[in-house]
Amino acid sequence: MKTIFESSVKGRKLTLLPESDVPAADLKAAKRETPLGLPEVSENDISRHFSEMAKATHGVNDGFYPLGSCTMKYNPKVNDEAASLPGFTNIHPLQPDHTVQGCIGLMKEAEATLCEITGMDRMTFQPAAGAHGEFTGLLLIKAYHRSRHDLQRNKIIVPDSAHGTNPASAVMAGYEVINIPSQEDGCVDLEALRNVVGDDTAGLMLTNPNTVGLFDKNILEITEIVHKAGGLCYYDGANLNAVIGIVRPGDMGFDCMHINLHKTFSTPHGGGGPGAGPVGCKAFLADFLPGMLPEGDDELKLVKPEKSIGMMKAFNGNFLILVRAYAYLIMLGREGIPEIAKNAVLNANYLRVMLAGKYVMPYKETCMHEFVMSLEHEKASMDVTAMDVAKALLDYGIHPPTMYFPLIVHEALMVEPTETESKETLDSLINAFTEIYDKALEDPEYIKSAPHKTIIERPDEVSAARHPKLRYIPEDK
Amino acid sequence: MGSFIANTDEQQQEMLSAAGYDSYDDLFAHIPEAVRLGRDLSIRRGLSEMEVIREMENLAEKNTVFKHIFRGAGSYDHFIPSIVKEVVAKEEFVTAYTPYQAEVSQGNLQTIFEYQTLMCELTGMDVSNASVYDGATAAAESVFMCRDRKRKSVVISGTVAPAVIDVIRTYCSGRETEITVVPAKDGLTDKEAVSAVLDSGTACLIVQQPNFFGNIEDADELCEAAHAAGAKFVMSVDPIAMAVLKTPGECGADIAVGEGQALGMPMGFGGPYLGFMTAAQKMMRQLPGRIVGQTEDSEGNVCYVLTLQAREQHIRREKASSNICSNEALCALTATVYLSALGPDGLKQAAGLSADKAHYLQQELAKAGFAPAYPQAEFFKEFVTECPVPADRLMAELEKHSILGGLPLADGKILWCATEKNTKEDIDELVRLAKEVIC
Ligand SMILES: Cc1ncc(COP(=O)(O)O)c(C=O)c1O
Repeated sequence: MKTIFESSVKGRKLTLLPESDVPAADLKAAKRETPLGLPEVSENDISRHFSEMAKATHGVNDGFYPLGSCTMKYNPKVNDEAASLPGFTNIHPLQPDHTVQGCIGLMKEAEATLCEITGMDRMTFQPAAGAHGEFTGLLLIKAYHRSRHDLQRNKIIVPDSAHGTNPASAVMAGYEVINIPSQEDGCVDLEALRNVVGDDTAGLMLTNPNTVGLFDKNILEITEIVHKAGGLCYYDGANLNAVIGIVRPGDMGFDCMHINLHKTFSTPHGGGGPGAGPVGCKAFLADFLPGMLPEGDDELKLVKPEKSIGMMKAFNGNFLILVRAYAYLIMLGREGIPEIAKNAVLNANYLRVMLAGKYVMPYKETCMHEFVMSLEHEKASMDVTAMDVAKALLDYGIHPPTMYFPLIVHEALMVEPTETESKETLDSLINAFTEIYDKALEDPEYIKSAPHKTIIERPDEVSAARHPKLRYIPEDK
Repeated sequence: MGSFIANTDEQQQEMLSAAGYDSYDDLFAHIPEAVRLGRDLSIRRGLSEMEVIREMENLAEKNTVFKHIFRGAGSYDHFIPSIVKEVVAKEEFVTAYTPYQAEVSQGNLQTIFEYQTLMCELTGMDVSNASVYDGATAAAESVFMCRDRKRKSVVISGTVAPAVIDVIRTYCSGRETEITVVPAKDGLTDKEAVSAVLDSGTACLIVQQPNFFGNIEDADELCEAAHAAGAKFVMSVDPIAMAVLKTPGECGADIAVGEGQALGMPMGFGGPYLGFMTAAQKMMRQLPGRIVGQTEDSEGNVCYVLTLQAREQHIRREKASSNICSNEALCALTATVYLSALGPDGLKQAAGLSADKAHYLQQELAKAGFAPAYPQAEFFKEFVTECPVPADRLMAELEKHSILGGLPLADGKILWCATEKNTKEDIDELVRLAKEVIC
């Protein structure tokens, strides 16, 4: 597909702006000398180009997207309509409080609702994504220990099954990461945890259900071990969809957490963002929260908490994402919210049981909203890998599950169907997986060279990294 | 109650049975009683879509949408072409996620590649990432790109936006990083004072162009000063100004960062916005976040993939260059469409008109008794004036006429902004009202 630069024709343009109605300013400062290499195209060129790009992009609207750990549920359109109201889009972030009572009111209501759902007491909407939330939460933990002059707590415990952002966030917050091995069932090894906690423990980062999709039954014991050692517990909210309305992180002993609005609360993933990662905490951490919190009853104000860790982002976070999540929250309400978890868990278990005939499930017990398969057996017997099976799914118009995560399962495929998929769609995935298995037995080369119906074959990632071409360069240069 | 669940009650029963459970209670039986909520959430009942949109409209109506905006300070009311809104609403772009599966994500990947190219063109730098959360976090991430074992401290000009400085402080608060903010002098970076604090422990010098007060810095000289001390030079720039001002690349900067909101995103009460980061070739492997590269498939077709992933958290975990995972991809797409729509002439026109209007506003305000605070400095689309009356009084009067005036600063001065959207008529009206207030 041609790049937009290759469609450029000198002198072609849109008519967007009027002529000036004031005298020209005469800037004397040093000027740009390099020509401005933006494309020169018509509006029609733009429309066609990006339509072509959209057609070559698989979205949730195109078909099933069971990408584990990402909660690719349907994105309701009413959310987008709400977020495009001029009363939200045309608001400057530095308008005085009395002119943004609607925005602050929405923040206040969203905070109250999300706190009730998570069992937290206060929440900041400044973080822009899950990882940003983790970093924020760890800085809260740091501020807490500092406020108590408990300065030797420099270690964060992270299970080896954790998402990569957990250890990376801990390092950004200035902590040493202590990786602990998981038990065979993917749950926290209590002995291993007891062995590492101590008066240097700042905290633990955990998600429950864990990254293999199992609910860790020892959760109260886990959080107690950390608390007894003087550490705090951070909940990675990526898997909240599994337990929403049924179990609250606050009741599992967690002190702070993030929520991924772009996962659990149906805001679109945007091709990689923007999302939002609000951070909730128990009351004893609330004074450290970043940014501005909504306060007041009739006359609402945004107020900076007393011992705030500072600002995590300019202004009020990804506000228009919060608007979308709020529309979703009020639409589902008290009765609708628990239905999310029930159906997400049902859909995952249905798939897990139906696929267990052909494929190896390393964990046999009831899973939560997602489960992990292991293609180790297929790799050994037919030389067909998790990647090969994933690529073969592309030919069915299905976006593959998450590959090779978590790291503790070999040849992992992590499947998260979400609650918004129908039985028919789930059956189509079961059918695709079954056909791929049978085909792999009969003609492994076909699966190893999949996909066959996409616009490109498998890309050469090695040479992409070895000889990076990271921007378009015209042929004559 | 609203619901987006497809399966009927009968289907759910059928699936429960097929999976070996008699009921939902059975399905959740393994969850310990002690952690279960065991009650309904104490939140409101659900609504129909019609009620939802009505309620959202009611909330939105409680906000004041100003007809005329003369406030910037990091969020700008620039014109957004219709084609931009249309393209970025395409469901494929909206609902996809990070393009992990290149074969079904070529469109998303190629637009990121085009975005990277455009940001390099704008800033005059060699390489770009696929975006970070906003301009302030981009500046903070740049510090981590420059820090090493020997050089751990950061020097920031006091003319950088306070919100950006705050975010850098917060980002650095976990790790031993000494931050020196050098107070501004007459609305500009104090070059002597900056040179005096740069030393062999300085990782980088961060300067904003145009600066928070709207003034144009002598970036060449500051770059030289940073390099003379062996420090990196980071420029935080207004992307629209890049159409006319000397670019970070031309100044010799090592990293350029900035807030991309002006490139087609609404003000949206603060987000989502676009943090852009571009760098000189030699710093490519220090960049945080996603990067797309061009390659070929097994048939030799040109295609695109996520690349240089050995920097990233999912591979390197605690050794990653950053923790960023989800970024602001749809905002990067917005900027890509915006820059394609404006083209070189359009962007120069947007920059030129903004500067023209701001200069006219400044002259008229001066005549009305609002003296420029930094008359010797040259500015772009923002500038600071004195305010002979308490700023609140002026703002209240302007608000009555649906005008959002400049941002009152702590020292009683006002930071004004104009863009191509402000007409001469609006400016004259604003000045007339301002004059009345001080009479
Ligand atoms: C378990 C887990 N934790 C954290 C994250 C990071 O979230 P984000 O991408 O919003 O930064 C993810 C994202 O995929 C995740 O799956």
